[in-house]
Amino acid sequence: MTHPHDLPRQDHGLIGKRIPLIDAKRKATGQAVYTDDIHLPGQLVGKILRSPHAHARIKSIDTSAAEAMPGVHAVVVGSEAPNKFGVLPVSQDETALAVDRVLYVGDQVAAVAADDEWIALEALDAIQVEYELLRPFLDMEDSLEDVPDELRLHEKTVGNTNIHKQVRQDFGRVDDAFDNARWSAKKKFKFIGVNHAFTEPHATIAWYDADGRLTVWTAQQVPHYLHRALATVMEMPMHKIRVVRPTVGGGFGGKSDPFPHEMVAALLSKKCGRPVRILFDREEVFYLNHGRHPSKIEVGLAIDDDNKISALDIDALIDGGAWGSFGVVTTYYNGVLANGPYRVPNFRYQGRRVYTNKPPCGAMRGHGAVNTRFAYEVLIDEATRDLGLDPVQFRIDNALPSFTKTVNEFRITTNGIVECLERARDAAGWSEKFGKLPFGRGIGVAGGFYISGSALPIHWDGIPQSTVHLKIDFDGGITIHSLAAEIGQGSDTMLAQIVADVLGVPIDYCRVKSEDTDTAPIDLGSYSSRVTFMAGNAARKAAQKMRRHVLEGAGALSGYPAELFVLTGEECVHVAMPDVRVPWIDALRRAMKDRGALTTSGCYTSAPPMGGKHKGAAAGLSPTYSFQAYVAEVEVDLATGKPHVTEVWAAHDCGRALNPLAVEAQIEGCVHMGLGQVLAEDFAYNDGNVLNPNLLDYRTLSPTETPEIHPILVETFDPEGPFGAKECGEGPLLPILPAVANAIYDAVGLRFYELPITADRVYRGLEKARKQRERRSKLADEVKK
Amino acid sequence: MSNAESKRPAKRLLTLDVNGSRYQVAAYPSAVLLDVLRDDLGLVGTKRGCDMGTCGCCNVLIDGRAVMSCLVLAHDAAGKSIWTIEGVCEQSPGGVHPLQAAWAECGGSQCGFCTAGFVMASLELLHDEPEPSSRQIRQAISGNVCRCTGYTKIVEAIETAAGRMVETPGCASGAEVLFE
Repeated sequence: MTHPHDLPRQDHGLIGKRIPLIDAKRKATGQAVYTDDIHLPGQLVGKILRSPHAHARIKSIDTSAAEAMPGVHAVVVGSEAPNKFGVLPVSQDETALAVDRVLYVGDQVAAVAADDEWIALEALDAIQVEYELLRPFLDMEDSLEDVPDELRLHEKTVGNTNIHKQVRQDFGRVDDAFDNARWSAKKKFKFIGVNHAFTEPHATIAWYDADGRLTVWTAQQVPHYLHRALATVMEMPMHKIRVVRPTVGGGFGGKSDPFPHEMVAALLSKKCGRPVRILFDREEVFYLNHGRHPSKIEVGLAIDDDNKISALDIDALIDGGAWGSFGVVTTYYNGVLANGPYRVPNFRYQGRRVYTNKPPCGAMRGHGAVNTRFAYEVLIDEATRDLGLDPVQFRIDNALPSFTKTVNEFRITTNGIVECLERARDAAGWSEKFGKLPFGRGIGVAGGFYISGSALPIHWDGIPQSTVHLKIDFDGGITIHSLAAEIGQGSDTMLAQIVADVLGVPIDYCRVKSEDTDTAPIDLGSYSSRVTFMAGNAARKAAQKMRRHVLEGAGALSGYPAELFVLTGEECVHVAMPDVRVPWIDALRRAMKDRGALTTSGCYTSAPPMGGKHKGAAAGLSPTYSFQAYVAEVEVDLATGKPHVTEVWAAHDCGRALNPLAVEAQIEGCVHMGLGQVLAEDFAYNDGNVLNPNLLDYRTLSPTETPEIHPILVETFDPEGPFGAKECGEGPLLPILPAVANAIYDAVGLRFYELPITADRVYRGLEKARKQRERRSKLADEVKK
Repeated sequence: MSNAESKRPAKRLLTLDVNGSRYQVAAYPSAVLLDVLRDDLGLVGTKRGCDMGTCGCCNVLIDGRAVMSCLVLAHDAAGKSIWTIEGVCEQSPGGVHPLQAAWAECGGSQCGFCTAGFVMASLELLHDEPEPSSRQIRQAISGNVCRCTGYTKIVEAIETAAGRMVETPGCASGAEVLFE
């Protein structure tokens, strides 16, 4: 029988409410404990010796002088832990420390644990490393070459090249569509790498204790993947390893790989038996990077006589840096995530990710989708200009419908793209502004489309993607156990909100324990925008089971059938006789009689089949997708060329806004981060050296440069999402970059095919246009004469 | 390795006035205030984000001014009045300053790592200018980096707190001591 609580859209007061994050006061008062705030008895300082060369063979390492120093407790080199690891099972290409070759400036060569930082740094100075320099591969194109074996950066590459992953997909008849197009163009775009620039640098404390158990406290988005990798590198069974995730100071994808420094801390601790802390300085954060891949992307767009998109042809060359990381996924995402939010009947994609001798790239907010999205939406803008079409209406006319399949067989459920476009357009006053603002001011639009978690997990071992355990004991409080990592996005709050809503109690009854692999059931962690959808569903199921237990207690106490009660306001209330009520705590205690604490478990596994059978069909396949459309208004300083975004109207289909305050917060953060990439952020290299590994020269947008952001929440109620919810943490980054570029075109008539669009680039463009105008008028004058 | 040891300078005794208490610690001459606050005094609410004055996570009040404690030599801070986020809480009724309460309500923190630094910069602003404009707020927090919020809800939190502190006399009582 369907319980009244399980009916669709029936909520109990907490869903859809603006709820401050449950740890908000702890954070506002400085009481939240981050990894580096922990100090264990006997804790040592770990420091890492890094490579000064982009590509070199290690001929010898002599650590004897360092080992002999008083105050030095352990020294470790790569040959002591040669087992390879990596976040993806198909790209196990990292080691804790370089074994025989260093692959980038900043690569880890050796490490020490010492009494304090002074001693540790002196010990690093005393380590003698002899290198034999090898040819570095710094440009993506160089990595396409066939090279002798000793110059291949990893064992597994495509042929004899340094290509890490090559992908080809072809659906429909792309060439025919281009031949018959009313409008078509192919343009090349160039993107520089960007870094997450989270404020908390990486920090890890490892303690291999006397019982032979290893505990690692670390700033991680995915404790489970680290747990697996530690077992491989340390050659220990997983049950002897415990990963603890203290409060995390921002991740954005940059803390979602198992990291070599985490292995190093464990190795050092195992050697000396004492806790070892490794804390990165900001420069080291840039060396570890794992930020957005630099890429060169050519996008071809064809539009037919009905002004419908008839084909998309994408070729992406992606710079992976030294390791694989999530790169196989990145390679697919650069293409396949262009299959929404507009209908693309014919689609072709070639993607190549290459290894280079630079800091590794990985997952970053909007993973794999951001750069292609920029190119695609800018091309649409060009097309609508050429064809004299309104860019908002064109997008509406080309929108995918709800409940459909894309040409590459993504299953689309609810789709709010049209509402997003209409509401952003109307809120921005589009029709009064587009093409009508004075020179120097402009307005632009763009759309977006993103996954809500991956339908197929990266480890195909059948374990549910999310599991949540609940425990209620005699105190009446609800303990929520989960390994979904709270990284500031509010996942703990989301879990508490769902559980409290189902059980009809205030949210402060819930205590979320989401930091410890010893106590939490497996969850695949906080990446790919999966947590609300997957862990949220698991929490809801666990809470529904718990509700049955509580209502059975009410039934037993009252003598009425348990099914006739609902839980609300800390009471079990009889649905037909509202006077029959059993207080929450009484029902609980009755339910616990003879069995003790109540425990339940709920899990989520994406229900197959939902995608195609072609190679790579699982990449980008998600149980549901988010949609978004933004309008941005800019003002270009005509004297300096500096573009300033003045206002952004950001409409996002989040399925259901479980907590509008948190959804808005995600949208605002995404807008700010995307604005950084389009206007300012620039990961600069010279001969493989990072030129700007600090937050002054690597410039994120300051508070005065950040515009007023108007989040617009569009709700479409996904049929499988918890209470209808979808993701809101990554998709909202996508449209802001092209919306700004399109607005700059509206303002000053300049197109930019390379990011970031800085003042000097705009100034040069304005100057060039001015000179062209002068030349033309001079010519015209001469013709007249 | 006597050679290496000889490069290491000796720690020197130092007296600091932090959060209204007097502490004596031994610190290297090159130690920055941030190191001493976190490592010697255990005041870990002040965060280390960059160690080079670029992020503002380590802001503390020194003689009433918000200063990045990673840029101040600990020995130079001797004799000055230093307040950290822990001191702000201690001086506030219920352990939560009205600014911090507004911060929590408005969603000023996501990951929270930058929050203490922002709070210290904002306290200085609200002391100097109890009714700041949104522009003044954005300028006052321009030395601080937040990567989560896009600054929107931070500005909202400061505006909300300012409104309450002006309207409700005594609302920020106790906080004056931070600026004495």
